[in-house]
Amino acid sequence: MLPVGGTQIPEGRGILDDNAPLVKVENLKMYFPIYRGILSRRVGEVKAVDGLSFDIMEGETLGLVGESGCGKSTVGRALLHLYDLTNGAIEVNGHDISTLEGEELRELRPEMQMIFQDTQASLNPRMTVGSIIAEPLDEHTKLSKTDKRAKVGELMDAVGLARHFADRYPHEFSGGQRQRIGIARALALNPKFIVCDEPIAALDVSIQAQVVNLLEDLQEQLGLTYLFISHDLSMIRHLATRVAVMYLGKIVELSPRDALYEAPLHPYTEALLSAVPRPDTAQAATRNRIILKGDVPSPSNPPKGCNFCTRCPKVQDICRSLEPVWRDFGDGRFAACHLID
Amino acid sequence: MFNYTIRRLIFTIPTLLFISFVIFFILDTAPNDPTGNLPLTIPPEVRVKIRASLGLDQPMFIRYLLWCQQFFINEPLNLIEEWFNITIGDGDRLRVQSWATRFPVVDLVVERMPQTLWVVGMSYVVGIIIAIPIGVISAYNQYSWFDQIGTFVSMLGFSVPTFFTGLLMIVIFSVNLRWFPSIYDTTLKVDSWGNFVLQVKQMIMPVMVLAFFNAAQLSRFMRASMLDNLQQDYVRTARAKGLKERVVILTHVLRNSLIPVVTVIALGVPQVFGGAIITEQIFKVNGLGQLLIIGIQGADIPLVQTLTFIFAVLIVLFNLIADILYGLLDPRIRYD
Repeated sequence: MLPVGGTQIPEGRGILDDNAPLVKVENLKMYFPIYRGILSRRVGEVKAVDGLSFDIMEGETLGLVGESGCGKSTVGRALLHLYDLTNGAIEVNGHDISTLEGEELRELRPEMQMIFQDTQASLNPRMTVGSIIAEPLDEHTKLSKTDKRAKVGELMDAVGLARHFADRYPHEFSGGQRQRIGIARALALNPKFIVCDEPIAALDVSIQAQVVNLLEDLQEQLGLTYLFISHDLSMIRHLATRVAVMYLGKIVELSPRDALYEAPLHPYTEALLSAVPRPDTAQAATRNRIILKGDVPSPSNPPKGCNFCTRCPKVQDICRSLEPVWRDFGDGRFAACHLID
Repeated sequence: MFNYTIRRLIFTIPTLLFISFVIFFILDTAPNDPTGNLPLTIPPEVRVKIRASLGLDQPMFIRYLLWCQQFFINEPLNLIEEWFNITIGDGDRLRVQSWATRFPVVDLVVERMPQTLWVVGMSYVVGIIIAIPIGVISAYNQYSWFDQIGTFVSMLGFSVPTFFTGLLMIVIFSVNLRWFPSIYDTTLKVDSWGNFVLQVKQMIMPVMVLAFFNAAQLSRFMRASMLDNLQQDYVRTARAKGLKERVVILTHVLRNSLIPVVTVIALGVPQVFGGAIITEQIFKVNGLGQLLIIGIQGADIPLVQTLTFIFAVLIVLFNLIADILYGLLDPRIRYD
């Protein structure tokens, strides 16, 4: 079992110095080509992910937030090389997976897994729960039939599913139960790193809490490292060690959780946080909601300069001409904005 | 599922009775004359007598009920007698007789069935065997040259009628190359290796003409269904699990894609029994399709009525089979 890293990280600090990064991402780009016309010529590309660099430390949960369409899910999928990358290097547990193909990549799959948002569509409707969970074991281990059965039973126990559900089909379950199936499936090969792609977005609130607690418990028991993708800022605050904020294919700010929620650096983070509903009505009445005007620009044609310049409440002339650089502000805080000193 | 099947089977009885009446009614109102093909020298009063001898002087309703009695009671009893070698009652029952040949229609059908099943059935099987891999590869490599050629060829197969491809093949392979005979010889008995080769040779052309047509349709279905499933999230899950690409395609995508294709295949089986009227005519295969054509030309109403009704039974039956297959293959679908 891995050292339990997630619980040892002191409050307020994102990176524990003695923890090496488990995942290193360097200049990750994921462009999707656009074809038009009779001859379907390539007329441009959707820059879904445009030059991301970040590390994920062993045992931590990196929260990735942003509004819909900003490229969060693409980052998650690209990180596991489920897409063919346009550019960039990804290192997971010391292996550079961005250049691997086919069989070599397949052999590394046990180390990194993914939990999907759509619990219904992401499970094969014609396979029983037992065979869904056991399939990775068939492929990557040489366990005997009885051992496999036992392992599937253990996994189902671990995620809180009754063992006799193994012979049922996914459509017979509720959304929360199906997400547990998805989690059990992801855990089957003892992965180190799990990308959670909005695992709770499709669930109702009471079930969300159950699934999130399950994910936390599993992290503690198994020493998992998560990339937790969500648009739910309160959930990220609850779960994450560090938070990365994405806007239009780029990370605009990456900070330890408490620092980010206390004093956001980037105007976009500020605007996002101001939109989070508060339980305290008195506080809610006095808070300054920053309302962003206009639409998100098309990722196929991002604005010149800073991506956020079309909607930023603090926009300056420089923002419209020069792209801000990714800067280190100390204490593990990073942001890309001209206006921060 | 069992109760559902029984319920559906019970419902088919009134459906089929209604269909049989509609067929009878349509055939009766058609301006057909069974004496029309007889020489013109036969005087009208003799023609009237011939018609009367065929029972045509009776009202339509009586004739329909008589046909029902012959087909639903006498024929099955006769079959049972033949199978078990017993005699029920006095054994003297009126069977459905073909007017043209004066021969029981059911015996004619039994006589013609093997040729049709061999040629048309084989073409269906060959069509399926060709179509499924083509559909799978086309979908997996969408817009590749293989897919583009596949699309073009299946468009051809769709749009070019069998009487054209049939004649084209005869011109190329029988007339010019002299590889295969253009006429199917039913009397050929497969009792030696040489005769087996002959049988294969005479089957190749009609089988391939029909298989081309069937494969064109099925490969499109297969491709569309594969494309549909390839984009599903569970395929990404399967890849993320680290399965081999072969396993992802064959056990995940293909199995799910086959569900609609299998039902389409099941729905097409009655056509096999119905024979391919045109193709059988071109290659002179004396199958059921050809029998039907002869019956229609000779205004042989009992023959046409019985054949059409048998086709109707098969269509209703295979609709039911397709529904049941769907329920068996897709765990999300439950009857009852």
